[in-house]
Amino acid sequence: MTIDITRFHQTFFDESFEGLDAMEAALLRLSPDTADAETINVIFRAAHSIKGGSATFGFMAVAEFTHLLETLLDQMRSGQRVTGPVEIDVLLRSVDILRGLLNAARDATDVDTQAVADLSAELQRVLIGPVDGATAENAAAAEPNPEQKTRGWRIRFAPYSGLFASGNDPLRILAELSRLGEMTVQCNAEQLPDLPEANPECSYLSWTIELLGQDISQGDIAEVFAWVEDECDLQVEALVSDAAAAVTESAVPAAIKVEPASRPELQLIEGGRPSEVTPTARPPQPAAGAEIKAAPVRAEGGSIRVATEKIDGLINLVGELVITQAMLQQLAASLDPVQNEKLLNGLALLDRNTRSLQEAVMSTRMLPVDFVFSRFPRVVRDLAGKLGKQARLLMSGEHTELDKSVIERIADPLTHLVRNSLDHGIEPSDQRVAAGKDAVGTIRLSASHQGGNIVIEVADDGRGLDRMRIMAKARERGLSISDTASDDEVWRLIFAPGFSTAEAVTDVSGRGVGMDVVKKNIEALSGSVDITSETGRGSRITIRLPLTLAILDGMSVRVGTEIFIVPLNAVVESLQPQRDQVRTVAHQGQVVRVRSEYVPLVALGELFGIRAAVTEPEKGILVLLEADGRKIAVLVDELVGQQQVVIKSIEANYRRVSGVSGATILGDGRVALIVDIGDVIRRCSMAVAA
Amino acid sequence: MNPQNQTASETKAGAPPPEGIASEYLTFTLGSEEYGVDILKVQEIRGYDTVTRIPGAPDFIKGVINLRGTIVPVVDLRLKFQLADVAYNEFTVMIVLNVLDRVVGIVVDGVSDVIQLAAEQIRPAPEFGSTVNAHHIIGLGTIDERMLILLDIEKLVSDRDLQLFEVH
Repeated sequence: MTIDITRFHQTFFDESFEGLDAMEAALLRLSPDTADAETINVIFRAAHSIKGGSATFGFMAVAEFTHLLETLLDQMRSGQRVTGPVEIDVLLRSVDILRGLLNAARDATDVDTQAVADLSAELQRVLIGPVDGATAENAAAAEPNPEQKTRGWRIRFAPYSGLFASGNDPLRILAELSRLGEMTVQCNAEQLPDLPEANPECSYLSWTIELLGQDISQGDIAEVFAWVEDECDLQVEALVSDAAAAVTESAVPAAIKVEPASRPELQLIEGGRPSEVTPTARPPQPAAGAEIKAAPVRAEGGSIRVATEKIDGLINLVGELVITQAMLQQLAASLDPVQNEKLLNGLALLDRNTRSLQEAVMSTRMLPVDFVFSRFPRVVRDLAGKLGKQARLLMSGEHTELDKSVIERIADPLTHLVRNSLDHGIEPSDQRVAAGKDAVGTIRLSASHQGGNIVIEVADDGRGLDRMRIMAKARERGLSISDTASDDEVWRLIFAPGFSTAEAVTDVSGRGVGMDVVKKNIEALSGSVDITSETGRGSRITIRLPLTLAILDGMSVRVGTEIFIVPLNAVVESLQPQRDQVRTVAHQGQVVRVRSEYVPLVALGELFGIRAAVTEPEKGILVLLEADGRKIAVLVDELVGQQQVVIKSIEANYRRVSGVSGATILGDGRVALIVDIGDVIRRCSMAVAA
Repeated sequence: MNPQNQTASETKAGAPPPEGIASEYLTFTLGSEEYGVDILKVQEIRGYDTVTRIPGAPDFIKGVINLRGTIVPVVDLRLKFQLADVAYNEFTVMIVLNVLDRVVGIVVDGVSDVIQLAAEQIRPAPEFGSTVNAHHIIGLGTIDERMLILLDIEKLVSDRDLQLFEVH
């Protein structure tokens, strides 16, 4: 039987990327000179798993690179090397390279081999670079008898009987060891029962291995056993030159006496199970650093990995349940409450349970916003370094939860905003000091719930937006703006496509592809962006997003016999116009005067080609909608109600429909289309332009 | 991948089954004509009920329905094939098909039965006029005195003229 190993790839990549995130977070926590051992361990462990996994799956480029990384980390972990800014920096860049390598491996694309080679070389340089003097003693202690020539190693490897259960294979380990140098192996089969009694799933054997080779480090050996270190008794001793060997032997007598040289001697441990033998066999002093580091403590996340489709399936099913429940409720409304008391009570209970179930299921898609926030310390650190500015990042509300799909899609816009703040907002230190501010700029990133929305703010204490410059730039680009425009209107200009006031195009920002894309992306999530700014004091960008993309607060309207859903966040007001409020423009388009404003009017029935719809505005209802900063009045027959609807895709089985962003299922099981306000406004302004 | 699956998917598309092996077709009527579709593409059969119209869609696309939470478009094949007499009553039937990983409902006059046709019972389709595209037809099946028009439902459904899916 062969196992198709590729089906494990996805898990490997998921875990590796998580590992890289953990590494990155830990690296950023490490401030120079205060390297705490546990943090370094976290980094080491992550690197180690990636290396092990990539080697198993045959991603050799990843494995080789991680190996270098691990060597450096190992030195840091054992205290031979002080964790300085140089090391942290090179490690951080290694994380990036690894990410690239893993992406390349996953998508089977080309690797930027030059970058990998460069950084590998740099890692090598750091590795052979001087080990810090202050820790030289440490190093000496860790390295066994440094002045003594190590001839090789003697390893006693006695797996516990459950070794196979964890998927490990001693043969593979031995084969790996043999690659390190010349090896002689003795197998101890004493524990092996008669074959009929032997449980094929238990490991009964133990081995004594002599590995010869002068340049094998203890780390190399530890690595081979890394996967089994907590599932076996392991002793590693240095074999020093013959004369010295005798000394070592007497220094650790207990161990060496039991250490088998040949079969007869092995009988000394007859009857004892390996686990019982070892306490006595273990040398009292971990001479030559013989004991391999304790097994890493696995972080108890208490979570399981579930495919997104499964969750979506669950959400769909619950949506169905809610609809069915609403249908029953509707039917029950006509029943006699006295005669059907029990049934009605049952239905009320069902109603409550369904809603809690829906909430619970929805919450499974929710993730803390930390998933995006966690990348920003790195972004700020790197960018500040590149720009030669000083900045600190303060984050709050990282635990605010929102829908996974929203989280994935705000990452880019947020990154852009943070970079912008740092590049355009925060001034260089000398300017800040001259302005009487703290030399170190502050960028604040916060998230919070407000009603059914999540609000994310990016604020800085930099120089703020420059009204005059924005106006000048806008005029240069042919955008019309009056001198008396309010600040708000001026700030809004920076969302215009191609707008940038940066004097020089840097690779950081200033290409003018930014803010309009940010706005577009946020609006695609039915969110909004606002700016407030004060010259010399800084600016604040506020993003408002719905908690989830799966549910929409909608207003249901009737047009003819059809029901449509209008997103509630676009609704400004609704009104029943007087005849004299509606005017025609050039005998074609209609506008309606709402207070002092003329708003273009469009009949939904006409737009969607529905017969039997009201055509005279004063007989229907006008719903005033706003999107993209533009207003439109939509004529409908009647407002039906306000409800939360579950958004369903039309495109799953059909194509995109213009003017419609999706569909939902009403309480009676019918389908209602959700109006795409942005699209309607665009279509109607195109009609006006034509 | 199990080898049986592979052979199944190799033979499924378009071509009539190899000599001697019978395949099953669901037969239905459109006006006076009798049609057949590969039974393996049929998900279910249900009565025609309220459909939500889609703005801007051609008239043979009746709209969308809610099929246990999924939004499914409905095509009236009678309108598509330009039949003169199209009525919607309690006998109007919708066949829900699962084609190319999508679910589509087709409205027909009535569903008759499921029949087996061996390869030798299927004749290649002659060229027709423009309304019925010969590409949409696998062949003509004969069983006793009946003639079945066997539709290649995948080609029909993904046809550009139908505007059912995004044209890539």
